[in-house]
Amino acid sequence: MRDIAIISFDQTPARRSVPELNEVEMLMPAIHGALAKVDMTIDDIGFTCSGSTDYLAGTAFSFVSTLDGVGPWPPIQESHVEMDGAWALYEAWVKLQLGEIDTALVYAYAKSSPGDLPMVLTRQLDPITVAPLWADSVSLAALQARALLDAGKATEADLAEVAARSRRSALDNPNAQLAWDRPADDLLADGYHIAPLRKSDCPPITDGAACVILAAGDVARSKVSRPAWIRGIDHRVEPIHLGLRDLTVSESTRIAGEKAGVAGGEVDVAELHAPFSHQELILREALGLGDGTAINPSGGALAANPMMTAGLIRIGEVASRIWSGEANRGVAHATSGPCLQQNLVCVLEGEN
Amino acid sequence: MTDRQDPGEILSAPLIIEYPFKRTTGPVIGAFLTGLRERVLVGSRAEDGRVLVPPAEFDPVSGEDLTELVEVGPQGVITTWAWVTQPHAKHPLDEPFAWVLVKLDGADTPMLGALAAPGIEAVSTGARVEPVWADEREGHIDDIAHWTLVDPEGGRA
Repeated sequence: MRDIAIISFDQTPARRSVPELNEVEMLMPAIHGALAKVDMTIDDIGFTCSGSTDYLAGTAFSFVSTLDGVGPWPPIQESHVEMDGAWALYEAWVKLQLGEIDTALVYAYAKSSPGDLPMVLTRQLDPITVAPLWADSVSLAALQARALLDAGKATEADLAEVAARSRRSALDNPNAQLAWDRPADDLLADGYHIAPLRKSDCPPITDGAACVILAAGDVARSKVSRPAWIRGIDHRVEPIHLGLRDLTVSESTRIAGEKAGVAGGEVDVAELHAPFSHQELILREALGLGDGTAINPSGGALAANPMMTAGLIRIGEVASRIWSGEANRGVAHATSGPCLQQNLVCVLEGEN
Repeated sequence: MTDRQDPGEILSAPLIIEYPFKRTTGPVIGAFLTGLRERVLVGSRAEDGRVLVPPAEFDPVSGEDLTELVEVGPQGVITTWAWVTQPHAKHPLDEPFAWVLVKLDGADTPMLGALAAPGIEAVSTGARVEPVWADEREGHIDDIAHWTLVDPEGGRA
């Protein structure tokens, strides 16, 4: 296996709505910011891969127009996934492993605001037996939360602790959308949104974009003093029907974590893509993370949840802490689909 | 980022998308939908003996074709639920209701539905429910208009 590292990351500030910019205009600062941080231009990039979805953009092949953000002339090697950018990063990592290129640029973006997001997300459900019911994403997450409570694996107070801690951590994240300091007890006094979830257990609706640059071996070392090396990366998917899964566990995360080698050393920091508070508890268990791991110091998806992008941001947030020396080894996780249907786990490590 | 524009100056226009496709349901899902039209619920038997509802065309473990259909229900129990205080216009019910996963009698996996109930306190995991059929059924998941609680004495709550 080639040594591949994350050498740069940038993101746009998470906002509820960015009506004054189109997608490519919103995305440009993230791409150019990530390139500038390592003194590169698109001509230095061997492969470009992006993650986004037409269902949010409202047009077919919408990713083609955002390619303008990287300047695809002369023609470039490019690919796209209709998934979170974390999966675009996986494709770039595979491409780098083939050995023909040394650098890759990965970006992701979404304007979640133009449509009715929880209803748009119903279109990812089984088209015949589930999607016609219009069971929105928050309702499905609430079914999972209830299952977790019924199983005695968590209490509503546990959920409120996750919600409170995440928004408190977000106070240190200039890109966060929701950052505040309210004690968990205070959150429990709020009424239900979709029971057993309260508004505070749910993510904000976010427009935003992010970009990550990968490089192999000595190219990575020449660009940054402490590259964030990808020591393991894996992703797994579960069946589309919720009834075929035990919603109180994340078997796909567990297997991806095992394949990525999470247990092979101490985990200083973990950025978990848990859009709903109870999902962080499920993910921590699936990855075997203990009290020694700082969970979501950025605030996580509860503080900013740009669709198709929040998973890639988790990888960038962990890499940033390795570059700075704040962490030596970390785990980044991305999810997609209802109730943690699909999960990606990436282990990053610095060299001492 | 560029200076923010005053939202009042931003031109916007509605964009409504439709995907007018006809889907082929096939012999397994087709049988499930035909059953709904006749007020009959069916699942499929997996290789490990479990009865899956809605039926699966392929075994979720081995990927093999599944062809044996098994009648289930019509009653079942709630395995998990969520209470919606403010239904969306597209939701199956206009009044506050519960989303439920229902494990039908004879089935091993639950299916999703909307439960009409007088209030959140009336709903609990393990409660028995049964379908309320649409008056006019056409072989569609909406042939189950919604689900209703069955009281312990056997009648509807």
